Amino acid sequence: MIYLNAFLVAGVICGIGQFLVDRFKLTPGHITSWFVVAGVVLDSFNLYDKLIQFSGAGALVPITSFGHSLLHGALARSEDLGLLGIGMGMFDITASGITAAIIFSFLVALIFKPKG
Amino acid sequence: MNKDYSDIIKRNALKPKYLKNFIIAFVTGGLIGIFGQGLADIYVNLLDLSRDAANSLMSVTLILISALLTGFGVWDYFGAFAGAGAFVPITGFANAMTSAALEGKSEGITLGIGSGMFKLAGSVIAFGCASAYIVGILRYIFFGA
Repeated sequence: MIYLNAFLVAGVICGIGQFLVDRFKLTPGHITSWFVVAGVVLDSFNLYDKLIQFSGAGALVPITSFGHSLLHGALARSEDLGLLGIGMGMFDITASGITAAIIFSFLVALIFKPKG
Repeated sequence: MNKDYSDIIKRNALKPKYLKNFIIAFVTGGLIGIFGQGLADIYVNLLDLSRDAANSLMSVTLILISALLTGFGVWDYFGAFAGAGAFVPITGFANAMTSAALEGKSEGITLGIGSGMFKLAGSVIAFGCASAYIVGILRYIFFGA
């Protein structure tokens, strides 16, 4: 069941992105940037957590979950450290993803030749 | 004259195929979602990881796959076909970084690859960090942590 939900939720989020590209002539950069903000806003009402419970990776794979994870890490740290924790915890959860993206893209750029 | 011209342009402009593009993005994005869920479930069962760790490793796996496919030049074809189905998932973030790094390769390792890799993906990090900071402070002030 969670696989069906994952398909539907990830599909709908991507579909919305595609519609915005077609309708308002936005670039992928606009869409991903604003989707991250949307993820932050949705998480501030704990809505995104419910979406993750409902669909697992369906909500975790789209870039909206990046915003959700940023806010989550920040708030988790601020429980102990107050306002200081918001800055310190910001990248707690997303750190592994960002590290991976930097490492892999650096290695790929060193090894591969640009195409075209 | 001007009005006629814009009428002609409007009549002959290619109408984006909203429904077709939506369905393609829906299906490809959904399949990536299923794939991610499958990976996370495998990590939980086979590697005995916690759900959080498995989800994190799942993202890393998708990033690795997308970076490699970008390096091989395969991702461009998939991205052109799938549209938002390819760039909205975390795979698109990895592709943006890898392709920008590859593009900058000719300008050298430091400025080309090192700083160039954030050319496209930088705004995602900046927007995410800024909005999470603002919302985080507001929530801390009004609701506690």
